[in-house]
Amino acid sequence: MTTLADRPLEEQIAQWRAYLRRRQAVHGPDVDELEGHLRDQLGALTDAGLAGDEAFLVAVKRMGSLDALSREFARAHSERLWKQLVIAPGADESAKTSHTETLVVLGLAVAAGLAVKVPALFGVPLDPDQELPPFYFRNASLFAFPLLAIYFVWKRRPGVAGGLWLALAFVAGAAFANVYPFHTPERLDNSPVGSDTQVLTALHLPIALWIAVGFAYVRGRWFADGGRMNFVRFSGELAIYYVLIALGGGVVTAFTFMMFSAIDMNPAWFVAGWLLPCGAAGAVIVGSWLVEAKQSVIENMAPVLTRLFTPLFTVLLLVFLVTMAWTGSPINVERQVLIGFDLLLALVVGLVLYAASARDPQAPPDFFDGLQLLLVVSALVVDGVALAAIAARISEFGFTPNRVAALGENLILLVNLAWSAWLYASFLRRRGSFAALERWQVAYLPVYSIWAALVVVVFPPVFGYR
Amino acid sequence: MDMSKDLVAASATPLVLAILAEGDSYGYAIIRRVADLSGGHLQWTDGMLYPVLHRLERQSHVVAKWSESENGRKRKYYRITKEGRAQLAAQQRQWQVVDSTMRGIWLRAVSV
Repeated sequence: MTTLADRPLEEQIAQWRAYLRRRQAVHGPDVDELEGHLRDQLGALTDAGLAGDEAFLVAVKRMGSLDALSREFARAHSERLWKQLVIAPGADESAKTSHTETLVVLGLAVAAGLAVKVPALFGVPLDPDQELPPFYFRNASLFAFPLLAIYFVWKRRPGVAGGLWLALAFVAGAAFANVYPFHTPERLDNSPVGSDTQVLTALHLPIALWIAVGFAYVRGRWFADGGRMNFVRFSGELAIYYVLIALGGGVVTAFTFMMFSAIDMNPAWFVAGWLLPCGAAGAVIVGSWLVEAKQSVIENMAPVLTRLFTPLFTVLLLVFLVTMAWTGSPINVERQVLIGFDLLLALVVGLVLYAASARDPQAPPDFFDGLQLLLVVSALVVDGVALAAIAARISEFGFTPNRVAALGENLILLVNLAWSAWLYASFLRRRGSFAALERWQVAYLPVYSIWAALVVVVFPPVFGYR
Repeated sequence: MDMSKDLVAASATPLVLAILAEGDSYGYAIIRRVADLSGGHLQWTDGMLYPVLHRLERQSHVVAKWSESENGRKRKYYRITKEGRAQLAAQQRQWQVVDSTMRGIWLRAVSV
């Protein structure tokens, strides 16, 4: 139908369509309907003797302004302003790809759930009446993370070499989690307790392996195109989705108990043996898929939480410092205090990281950046005070694996925050750019994983598997 | 003649329903019919008709169907439903009340 002379007109119509398509409240079929109207109008106008582009101008003018139009559509379809996640596939994405993806994700989620049950076939059962065998703690990340990596490999196809590196990382993780002869001291009632190094392995292996997932996420190109920051965003959103799914799982569990207890049956074996462990593994895959599907649809939650909690934590830290200075009461150095301050620093690093993830690096410094600097500096001071208190008694404690791990983490986070504070300060004095801070944060990411890998690989033999 | 926005908006639903009561139609034809009926005095911004149609569709006063037009393009045709006819009758009565009231007061206003 399109002759050469019509070409500019067709292009104009296509452009008008594209503008309309960008309006959230106007959906695809509506655009078709409005385009049909525009073409009818154009036909009538050209029959009346107008030239193509004149007719186009008149027809578009009569259609009304796009703003007013989309406002009216929004009033007629108010639900469209609430972006629907799972139901509507993306406009550019063909329905078929998203259908295949759904199947792949469901398959991987089921596989992750079943992977939890595989060890039971080899004599390590999950029994609700007994305490969980340490095997499951050590290997927790190995049930879901490899399958998550497979999802990203399937989705992004990083190539054979990339896939092999990933496989190597997970095999190494599995090996170090299981070949070491950890001591298993027993409690008075003969139930096994994890030794310190074993607990450390269980805690650090997920951190070490998460970077392998990240490697799959960025398609094997760790340094390209802001992929690392995207992975940070992905991780934050996944954490939030995982918590939401876990809350839903809690409701399912509660109803399972309520209903089966009503008919005098005890569903504990099912809940503890199947529902919780399989659900926990499968939810990692499903949550990741949701984050992938919605990244362009819904505002990221992690930066929103960061904005909410940065002022709160800044006030908390300042009040704490003032109170301590006022009353002069020293930090009560107990067993857990170092870990507690580690967590505090990790949280502050998280706030800095997610504030950076949502910030336009080109924007000039604003009030929030000043607040971030205040937060970082006060966290550094608080941690400095705590470290001084701990250092005074470190010889008394001796070096246990837990303490060395906690000290190492404290040091790593301290270095990150100290340099972040410097970068923030130079940014606020307009001597540096915000991009430098962002670069520093993403460049630092592997440090966490490398340290975690060190704890997994080196600590058990060094500390005699205690 | 410049019509007030509120009046145009209020008359849109009964007009559209009445036109559809004559027979199935589609957006552009409805706009043309309105222009003809009003002698060109009632000018709608064309795009605004569609949210009205969609709202009527949601309220089940009309049903819509995509089919091929005479020039081979896809076109969305609207048909009035039983509920739509009932709604039209109700609106007619309301407008008649407004209309007769206005006539009464205007006759007097002129005689004063």
